[in-house]
Amino acid sequence: MARKEYTSTAYTDVKDFIYGSAKNPVKLKNGMVIGGGDVYPELNFTLPTMSLNDNTWNTALDHYREIITKTCERAYELECPGFTCELETLPAMTFKPEWCIEVTKVCCEIISDFQSKKGIKGAFRITPNDNREGDQVTHMYKGDRWDETMKAFEGSGKVKGDTDLIFAIETIGGKEIHDDALMMCDLKKAVFAMGAVACPDMEKIWTAIVDIAHKTNTVPGGDTACGLANTAMVLAEKNYIPRVFAAMDRVMAGVRSVVAMEVGCTGPDKDCGYEGPYVKAISGNPIAMEGKTASCAHLSACGNIPMCVCDLWSNESVQNIQLLSGIAPVASFETLEYDCRMLRTAKKKGWGAQLQEVLYDSDSLIDPHAWIMRPDVVLEISKGIVKETGYYNRVKAACRLSLESIKKGSDSGKLRLNDKEKDWLGQLLTAAAELPDTAEKLWEEVKDDCEKFDPKKYDLPYEF
Amino acid sequence: MSVFAEISEQIQNGKVKGVKELVQKAIDEKVNAKDILEKGLLAGMDVIGEKFRKNEVFVPQVLLAARAMNAGTALLKPLLTQAGVKASGKVAIGTVKGDLHDIGKNLVKLMMEGKGLEVFDLGANVDPEKYIETAKNENCNIIAMSALLTTTMSVMPEVVEAAKKAGIRDKVKIMIGGAPITQTYCDQIGADYFTPDAASAADLAAKVCGA
Repeated sequence: MARKEYTSTAYTDVKDFIYGSAKNPVKLKNGMVIGGGDVYPELNFTLPTMSLNDNTWNTALDHYREIITKTCERAYELECPGFTCELETLPAMTFKPEWCIEVTKVCCEIISDFQSKKGIKGAFRITPNDNREGDQVTHMYKGDRWDETMKAFEGSGKVKGDTDLIFAIETIGGKEIHDDALMMCDLKKAVFAMGAVACPDMEKIWTAIVDIAHKTNTVPGGDTACGLANTAMVLAEKNYIPRVFAAMDRVMAGVRSVVAMEVGCTGPDKDCGYEGPYVKAISGNPIAMEGKTASCAHLSACGNIPMCVCDLWSNESVQNIQLLSGIAPVASFETLEYDCRMLRTAKKKGWGAQLQEVLYDSDSLIDPHAWIMRPDVVLEISKGIVKETGYYNRVKAACRLSLESIKKGSDSGKLRLNDKEKDWLGQLLTAAAELPDTAEKLWEEVKDDCEKFDPKKYDLPYEF
Repeated sequence: MSVFAEISEQIQNGKVKGVKELVQKAIDEKVNAKDILEKGLLAGMDVIGEKFRKNEVFVPQVLLAARAMNAGTALLKPLLTQAGVKASGKVAIGTVKGDLHDIGKNLVKLMMEGKGLEVFDLGANVDPEKYIETAKNENCNIIAMSALLTTTMSVMPEVVEAAKKAGIRDKVKIMIGGAPITQTYCDQIGADYFTPDAASAADLAAKVCGA
């Protein structure tokens, strides 16, 4: 499928930009409509502390069976109108795609069984790893790592039975440059990583995944910049890097993650992409989001605000351990469903906009990353992004506009920044103003400090 | 201001050029190389490290300082070797087999280098044997491992066992870290040290090596 660049945002009025409703809802076979008005819970889960190898694989499968079965039971008891379960595979399960396929089959069969016997509505999202890292990887689009990932998708698509299956992945294109950019807070390298490497990589890998999705009648969901902007967010939360840098990085990641939609993804976009609001604003496709419910996996300064425009509400990842109430995934699912019930009820009573206001005002005063997730800010910046053409220009616009918005918020007293953050904001604004007009010129400025990056691996034209 | 204080200040500001000029000037003036290292370069790193611990600066400022220190150390190296001054310690570091998360490990590495330690970076997805081989061949004081996944942290005890089998367990300290790692886990698998973040890992490694 040829790439179609969005030239306008999907929303013109911020009043329409609200949780549960997407311009292009995704209708599943089981009757769920994601983005069709209601927000549904999306449960994410992982194994407890254990080795994963041939000897323990059956034990791992038993964990997954237990999680899905008990979640379906709880969904039935709570009269949950619809839900999705997502499994982000562990690296070993993509190195060995048969495992990814087998676990997909097991989980889909359980959901299907509950659907037919109890009348609940559930879908499954499979997220194979992007294992294209390390010295052994000589090319991003051919070789064992690529083949394993594609085999994991295709095989999963074939064994899903009548269960609605969604594809997602957290691709890592550009990470080798972006990691260094983060550690040094090097704006130019971050822009190059996102605009000149990650975006074209997204186009290539998602064109292939969308093709498999079409062949297997699977929903092509979306991607998150987990290895890029989430790393920034977590480092900022640990006070390792400025929060303003992480916020800027997140908006740039929006340009990157929307590329999946440009080549045929329909959504729902993946939960840990806190850039999701930008994806929804530009594409109109539904998104999964996570916030306070993800504190079982990582801390963040964005607890309520990610709910503002979500269509699925998720928990990032919870280990299958026993709590007083039951297993942790079920406890997590229950929290998600009660959150969703609150969102649905507020909307039903005509209070959706008021609840949304509470959600964004509760977070956006104290953190720049939360600030750039405010629906009004998202829409304003998104409109600026789509005025530009081409990946580099869009990422460059995202960089500049996010910093300017943060400055505006800080100057007006609507966003609190400490002196250290203000100092970095000034430095970043200066660096953003110095960005050259083409990616090629930027490459000339950064290439001496990009020794881990091999453009040939990506079929990119840059030369040292 | 003494030349040591000047070098320290340039280190704190991450000025590679300034550090190189001042170190060269000190060398030309026959200042003792070990003193330049300890009273100038490392003293500057201590100050910036303390500022980082107090949340007064971010990681990039620490890493810029480390980069400036490495530039200064490179000039001093022939003189230090001549004088028989060795690196204060050696560390073999890597993310364990099956795990591809390496930014935390990279931060630890850079911060350890900032403490004057010689660090052998084995990368990510590292086989247990590779840690042992490097520790043996390079006479490392420390093996440092990180894991971010609950399913890969179980490789850590394999490395502890491999060190025992290779007969180097009494010569090398084993440090572990990563999101799912705890002191309890460290005790349980027989590793020596757990640290919760990059800065404390570097501090502890320097202490263990007597730097």
